[in-house]
Amino acid sequence: MKNVRDVREQQNTVGWAIEAKGLVKIYGKHRAVDGVDLAIRKGTVYGFLGPNGAGKTTTIRMLATLTKPDGGSARIFGHDLSKEGDAIRSRISMTGQYASIDEDLTGMENLVMMARLMGYKRKAAKVRAAELLMAFGLEEAAKRQVKNYSGGMRRRIDIAASIVVTPDLLFLDEPTTGLDPRSRNQVWDIIRALVNSGTTVLLTTQYLDEADQLADRIAVINHGKIIAEGTSSELKASVGSGTLNVQLVDAADHKMAVDLLEKKLSAPVHVSGDATLLSAQVDNSGLVAEALSDLSKEGIVISDFSFGRPSLDEVFLTLTGHTAGEESKPEEGTA
Amino acid sequence: MTDFIGQNSSRTQEIQLQDSIASSERPKPPGALASTLTFATRALLRIKHVPEQMFDVTVFPIIFLLMFTYLFGGAIAGSTAEYLQFLLPGILVMTVSQITMYTGIDLNNDIRKGIFDRFRTLPIWLPSALVGALLVDVVRYSMASAIMIGLGFVLGFRPEGGVTGIFGAIMLILVFSFSFSWIWTAVGLVVRSEKSLMMISFMVLFPLTFVSNVFVDPRTLPSWLQSFVEVNPISILATAVRGAMHGTSTIEQVVWVLVVSVIMTAIFAPLTIYLYRNKK
Repeated sequence: MKNVRDVREQQNTVGWAIEAKGLVKIYGKHRAVDGVDLAIRKGTVYGFLGPNGAGKTTTIRMLATLTKPDGGSARIFGHDLSKEGDAIRSRISMTGQYASIDEDLTGMENLVMMARLMGYKRKAAKVRAAELLMAFGLEEAAKRQVKNYSGGMRRRIDIAASIVVTPDLLFLDEPTTGLDPRSRNQVWDIIRALVNSGTTVLLTTQYLDEADQLADRIAVINHGKIIAEGTSSELKASVGSGTLNVQLVDAADHKMAVDLLEKKLSAPVHVSGDATLLSAQVDNSGLVAEALSDLSKEGIVISDFSFGRPSLDEVFLTLTGHTAGEESKPEEGTA
Repeated sequence: MTDFIGQNSSRTQEIQLQDSIASSERPKPPGALASTLTFATRALLRIKHVPEQMFDVTVFPIIFLLMFTYLFGGAIAGSTAEYLQFLLPGILVMTVSQITMYTGIDLNNDIRKGIFDRFRTLPIWLPSALVGALLVDVVRYSMASAIMIGLGFVLGFRPEGGVTGIFGAIMLILVFSFSFSWIWTAVGLVVRSEKSLMMISFMVLFPLTFVSNVFVDPRTLPSWLQSFVEVNPISILATAVRGAMHGTSTIEQVVWVLVVSVIMTAIFAPLTIYLYRNKK
């Protein structure tokens, strides 16, 4: 019994769903994707994290056979991307950034159509469509045109259409962008259920907590390049042992506090819009207590402080110099 | 409505979700015929849900026929009844050729909305998405033809070719239009928006249908224009359709229509499929 399970686990985890080397895509003079290497294990969730225009979508479009790379190579389940498109297409499924179903048709009609296109016979297609609508909580909306669905319902019918036949590899392009928290949790549950049944998921996201919650490994993408890769903890650790946040009572102490902290921690202090709020990356956690005591010796009163492992937000900030979601329009700011 | 997950998630529904994901069989990919029929079904369902799109094959033909018969009838042929005999086959050709562009518009919409990407990642015979839609368009063209000929009869159209002639004429129009549609699918894959497609098709179709033998006998035209009218595919079709309806058809007329259709399909069908496959 144990052996059988071991073997199955091995089959599930050993081997690569995606191996890519030096993928490049150029639009005009713009290198949208600039030498991306990837190795994604079967049965895992892999997160592409990056701001708008970082090259996330272009990369997954190349891997899903929708766009030809201008350079580099990739294998999907061992099939060569440039030569074995049909073999790849029979094992993957893609849910694009915008609902990629026929909005004039009803939810039921859309799923029946997809089932037929996946090779189901007429009756089996209807059964399968009904089963999916039920499981995705859409049976009441089955006979309504998709254009009358809410954002969350659209996303669900869209994902349902992608898994009429459960794919071995599912690409999800920003699956929760624009959804309210409840709908977002529903989509997360669907993704977790898919992974439980053995599907490999490659998702792109601008949300750090989404990558943190779902992904086994994360690649941070910026300007078409992967600037960091690893598990969520590895990424956090790469930034330093932690972040110290200090809240000053009096903004007048600002300059002196910054100088003191920078000297003690030998690290730059980040200041947000609020002059009383200081934060710094700390490599040696032993210095934190000393730094705080230095502040108090100088008569600088603090109302609050925290020291913890960095959030992915901070990882992102450290790696790219700006927060996620902040690209050409800084005023849209923080994620 | 029951929430399948969320805060008050019930265990059974989670299991249902898991089951529906895990239990899926993996059928063999559909054959070319099955996928083509599925896309044809989609086009029919779209007509059911968006019946407005049938305006172009119902209302337009009626307006066109009435307008041109009474506008030009007296001036060109001396009487509307007489002009109708000449005009109807031609204006039928003109109307149907003009609605061929809607296939391109539908395709263009699919691309912008993202469903096109979904189809392209399916393990199907790719052209079936286009062929299926074009087959349903043939139904639309037939409808437009039936409406126009019906109205023609009411107005006094009396073809000498009889039922066989009319049937033959419609077949010629359908073959030609199916081939002609491929031009618009190819253009629809290249242009950015529905609007630019409309503009291009108008720029092509307007001169092509008017500078033809649809409205007037080309013998009254200056000679340089006459030579254009003679090679204009719309004229070639209009001549053959007129011949079939009035029982004066020659093999030569029919063969020319077929030759033109084959040439258009041979160039634009592979081009469309190539563009479809390699769309960035």
